[in-house]
Amino acid sequence: MKPSQFQHHAPEQIDEVVGLLAEYGDDAKVLAGGQSLIPMMALRMAAYPHLVDIARVASLSTISASAGAVRVGAMVRQSRAERDASVAKVPLLAKAIPHIGHFQIRSRGTVGGSIAHADPASELPAVALALDARIEATGPGGVRHIDASEFFLSTWQTALDDGEILSAVEFPLWGANSGFAVEEIARRKGDFALIGALAGVTLDGARVARACITMIGVGSTPIRCHDAEAALIAGGADTDLDDIGRIAAAPLTPADDVHASAEYRQHVSPAIVRRALTAALKEARS
Amino acid sequence: MNDRTRVQLTVNGQREQVEVEPRALLADVLRDQLGLTGTHLACEHGVCGACTVLIDGEAARSCLVFAVQAEGASVTTVEGLTPPDGLSPVQEAMRDCHGLQCGFCTPGIVVSMTAYLDTHPNPTDAELRDAMSGNLCRCTGYQGILAAARQAADRMSASS
Repeated sequence: MKPSQFQHHAPEQIDEVVGLLAEYGDDAKVLAGGQSLIPMMALRMAAYPHLVDIARVASLSTISASAGAVRVGAMVRQSRAERDASVAKVPLLAKAIPHIGHFQIRSRGTVGGSIAHADPASELPAVALALDARIEATGPGGVRHIDASEFFLSTWQTALDDGEILSAVEFPLWGANSGFAVEEIARRKGDFALIGALAGVTLDGARVARACITMIGVGSTPIRCHDAEAALIAGGADTDLDDIGRIAAAPLTPADDVHASAEYRQHVSPAIVRRALTAALKEARS
Repeated sequence: MNDRTRVQLTVNGQREQVEVEPRALLADVLRDQLGLTGTHLACEHGVCGACTVLIDGEAARSCLVFAVQAEGASVTTVEGLTPPDGLSPVQEAMRDCHGLQCGFCTPGIVVSMTAYLDTHPNPTDAELRDAMSGNLCRCTGYQGILAAARQAADRMSASS
């Protein structure tokens, strides 16, 4: 249960990070908060001869708010984001963070690290997908942006190229009359969710003008439920949220694992979507 | 690759300098090099909470931090939370409420509880259950631990 040996690099500039990734290629891995990487190394599921520790790159620890979005640097720790006034303008992000692990994990874990790690049961990839966040990647060719919808490829697989680092995530702001919710089913608080749903709505009068529904724990990536969103927007004020939940769940093919059967996950999917939407609508109306 | 790195950090208020392999966990360095064996290691992958310490005032798993990451940090272990004479309010509550049996998980619980109550002076019982969910105990059945958290919370807020 001890990690294998590695060389530790602690650059202070993003250019040095990119240089080290170019130099060591597949032998190098970025170390942010380490709350997923270090357990995988301890369990010897992962071993890298070189770790590029980005904690001392000051430019990666900034949070900035513009008119349309809040940009969160890759190294911003979850506990800081949880308390940050700018992050509070992205309510879905602020609501999702307390669901991550335990406070002793969030004190070290980072926003960017969680998204780059791309665990399909984790919350922050789902937040990025739900809000159509833009992932900022920095590589040898400079900075490019990747839409969250194109970022998550499979379990622990992202659209980052070799030699690129996730340097920040831009979360778009939603307007007034919006509400958001995160609902999960987990055996114990802090466990990985067996299944979860994240929802956001913007109301125009009684009508839903904008909606996002994203599920976690039901596939190899977080899954955006576009058909259910469209049905919610098309439906009137008296839309049956159970129907929306069923539309969201219909295309899902969750897997069996030791924690829950596929059948169970399929069974509770509509209900968890309904719960998330109910809470989001309630908040939007208040 | 076996090259050792020098790490300077503050532990329980004292400046320390250690030479470590990059893969050395903070928990192992605290125990083996600094002799602070109050920090316990059980699962070694961040689940059980026995190795919880404060890093720059925030509770963290010392098995999920390489010592090299703690360069310049201020670390507080359970030894550092213990007053020179007697016990801290959290430690007293753990004793009063039978919050421990074998005691192996106790240091992590004391550190977690102290950190949580420092930032949440008036928690509800439900919040305390959530707060303590990151520390596993195999003997008490948790009720004593939760009773201790309640007592410590009440006494600390009454005296502040």
